[in-house]
Amino acid sequence: MPVITYREAIRAALSEEIERDENVVLLGEEVANFHGAYKVSDGLLEKFGPKRIVDTPISEAGFIGMGVGASMLGIRPVMELMFWSFYSVAFDQILNNAANVRYMSGGLINCPIVIRGPANGGTNVGATHSHTPENVLANHPGIKVVVPATAADAKGLLKSAIRDNDPVMFLENTILYGEKGEVSDDPNLLIPLGLADVKRQGTDLTIITYGRSVLHSLVAADILEKEHDVSVEVVDLRTIRPLDFDTVLASVKKTHRVLIVEEQKPFASVGSQLAFMIQREAFDELDGPIHRLATIDAPAFYSPPVEVEQLPNPQRVLKAALAAVA
Amino acid sequence: MSKKATSTVEKKDEVPATLSAQAPINANLSKPEKIELYRKMVRIRRFEERSLRAYQGKKIGGFLHLYIGQEAVAVGCCSLMGPNDHVITAYRDHGHAIAVGMDTKPLMAELYGKITGCSKGKGGSMHYFAPSLNYWGGHGIVGGQIPLGAGLAYALKYKGLKGAAMAFMGDGAVNQGAVHEAYNLAALWNLPVIFVVENNGYSMGTSQDRSSAGPGLAQRAEAYGMNWATCFGHDIYEVRATMDRFIKLAHEQSKPAVVEIDTYRYRGHSVADPDNTYRTKEQTEEYRRTKDPIQVFQQKLLAEGVFTEADAEQIDAEARAEADLAADFAEASPYPTPDDIQKDVYWESDNPDQRTSKGRLFFE
Repeated sequence: MPVITYREAIRAALSEEIERDENVVLLGEEVANFHGAYKVSDGLLEKFGPKRIVDTPISEAGFIGMGVGASMLGIRPVMELMFWSFYSVAFDQILNNAANVRYMSGGLINCPIVIRGPANGGTNVGATHSHTPENVLANHPGIKVVVPATAADAKGLLKSAIRDNDPVMFLENTILYGEKGEVSDDPNLLIPLGLADVKRQGTDLTIITYGRSVLHSLVAADILEKEHDVSVEVVDLRTIRPLDFDTVLASVKKTHRVLIVEEQKPFASVGSQLAFMIQREAFDELDGPIHRLATIDAPAFYSPPVEVEQLPNPQRVLKAALAAVA
Repeated sequence: MSKKATSTVEKKDEVPATLSAQAPINANLSKPEKIELYRKMVRIRRFEERSLRAYQGKKIGGFLHLYIGQEAVAVGCCSLMGPNDHVITAYRDHGHAIAVGMDTKPLMAELYGKITGCSKGKGGSMHYFAPSLNYWGGHGIVGGQIPLGAGLAYALKYKGLKGAAMAFMGDGAVNQGAVHEAYNLAALWNLPVIFVVENNGYSMGTSQDRSSAGPGLAQRAEAYGMNWATCFGHDIYEVRATMDRFIKLAHEQSKPAVVEIDTYRYRGHSVADPDNTYRTKEQTEEYRRTKDPIQVFQQKLLAEGVFTEADAEQIDAEARAEADLAADFAEASPYPTPDDIQKDVYWESDNPDQRTSKGRLFFE
């Protein structure tokens, strides 16, 4: 299989879906002439022209609302947010209009929109540009939320998201854009939303995670295996809503110990929801309390060496895992 | 789509009130068509008066924003819609719903919170929708629907359809950022959208001179190089003559515009508004006496010999009866049940046989 970057995988998904469906259009700041702020859409303007690849002004509420309106009439807009952090200025359009219009119309209106872009810390851009809103988004029924960790997942999941008839929020990661992996070039290969992936088999501890924290967890798991004789299973959720809880449960029943790792502020995070569900549905399977490693609870720190320590990283995961199996 | 707008700015009040009846869009109306316009205005008013009684009788929850006094605007604008013309509005949405042709029974049932309501009791007064009639709501957040209106126009242009979107808002919406973002996009990309500002003088209880800077609301279009006009909204002929020009510009040249239509609401912002803090009873009475859109149109139709006073009375009686029937229908209809709460959330959960995703969509 070809080895390509996460960035190229997303580009391939966009390209294949734009080619496949005349109603798919990519809109966003700098996606066309500039070739993408993170070069995700590099070459797409040349390939598909300005009707399909559209530069927008810096006007997130305006263009995302416009995309929601267009989707009601059958267009399938893929809207790029340069940073997911900018969702705050389009909150009303995403979480009042896209999330609610089907419900408030009694099921008469569909909103097949995808909003995508990076949502991560770790690039020293301070608190305004480092938000990870997957918990906020998933708190709104009507919305689907996807956070891919690998190139192959990014491609297969984005293709499914574009074909989905519900609004899908697709959260990428600037640090992952350059990560390489094997990715199929089969344009018909889709990964369904709501299907977790066991990225590593193990027997002593389940790490439930998603996004870039999957990579940290895999590094930590290797160290735990080699240096501490602890066998770790890493479950990558891939999609937050819908949630593949069956895979989570199966792993918990296998290892009986749980660590949740997430690049989220801890209060009412995705991990909070998972911990509730695990204790509710697998209480008797647990050999100890559920542990969690999250971002240290403060706005994102700028200073590079400190920000690394604020976020999950392999050493922090290692420490948390050892506490979880102690 | 990226070509810069090169629109010309139009002067205010280009169609004098005295000539609007002779504008071809009005002069070409048949007698039955004129009577139908009149009937729709009366049906809206009687529907809303009946809904107010139901509200006072505690049959309706939440808010009830009445359109009474503004009927010529929705009926005039929506009467111009062709097959590819679309409408979206804010929460004062009953008039537009009836104007586009929605049946009053499910509208009233929606107010009563019944399963037979147009949104199955999930939307309420502020959230009426009828996609099959090109009516896209019914939106609760001031100005939030305006980018969606631009999106309807974007979709029409993308698909190469000759149509226009009319995006209605109140005078209070013009200071919302989303409205200006939509103006900019529409002008930048020549989207066939007409932003209709229904200026009833008050954004809730705050008058225009206490809320909006600058010489006029529609004139702000000049900053975006968009066409604009103001219009006397108490005369349906005026509304139709003005809007017809801009719909044609949208159809033929894909030009956006802002049209500010002067109108007046007789009731408070919502029925929860005691309506005694920001305007006088005398002012409201003066409007009722001299500018009531139904009376204005009735006088014109009588003078034109389109109908007689007896015809007008019959139309009124029929509208009252229709409103009562709608209320009876709503009263007799069942409520939704808690089993309905998780329906209509996701397309996929409503169409399980076509679902492609896995996992849990709902949580406890």
